[in-house]
Amino acid sequence: MKIAHLVCAVLMSASLSAVAQGNLEIDSPAIGALKQSMQQRHAQLAPLYQSGAVGIAADGSVALRSAASVPLAQRGQVNALISAENADRSALYREIARANGHPEWEGDVRKTFAERWVQRAQPGWWVQQGGGWVQK
Amino acid sequence: MSPNVRKLMLGVLVLTASACVTINIYFPAAAAEKAADRIIDEVWQLRDGASAPARQPAEGKKP
Repeated sequence: MKIAHLVCAVLMSASLSAVAQGNLEIDSPAIGALKQSMQQRHAQLAPLYQSGAVGIAADGSVALRSAASVPLAQRGQVNALISAENADRSALYREIARANGHPEWEGDVRKTFAERWVQRAQPGWWVQQGGGWVQK
Repeated sequence: MSPNVRKLMLGVLVLTASACVTINIYFPAAAAEKAADRIIDEVWQLRDGASAPARQPAEGKKP
């Protein structure tokens, strides 16, 4: 009986640590394509983050924070950029959950990303925290 | 070891193995954070010293 306990304990701890140290699969072709698309778009979004026109939202998306700081003529373009970025981000969260065999993880993946985007935002960028916008 | 003890051990092993499978159903938060950071690094080009202008990549290109 003691041996059984020992085997049980060893197996449990092994499986726990395997999960704790495990990696999520993020190398599928779909995820790669989304990353590349977002990376290219970032060249256009970065100045908008810096100027405060666009902020990092609390739900894992990006949002128009201050429409006034975008010239009227460019607002359509900025809105299109935001929509495209958010479409890619949603697809990214969905694809990561799917690539790991757990489509139901999508919401958790989104939440994790939301926290990391906010945490990793560069100095000067605006992030949504506790319902309001805060400058990093 | 008596056959009864063996049966018991086998039962415990089977239960443990199924417990392992169950554990995997929970969202691996730490692994997800690591994955998120890796993707954010790439999308925002925060590491990868090779891709030069990390801070203001669009500065010279577009208004």
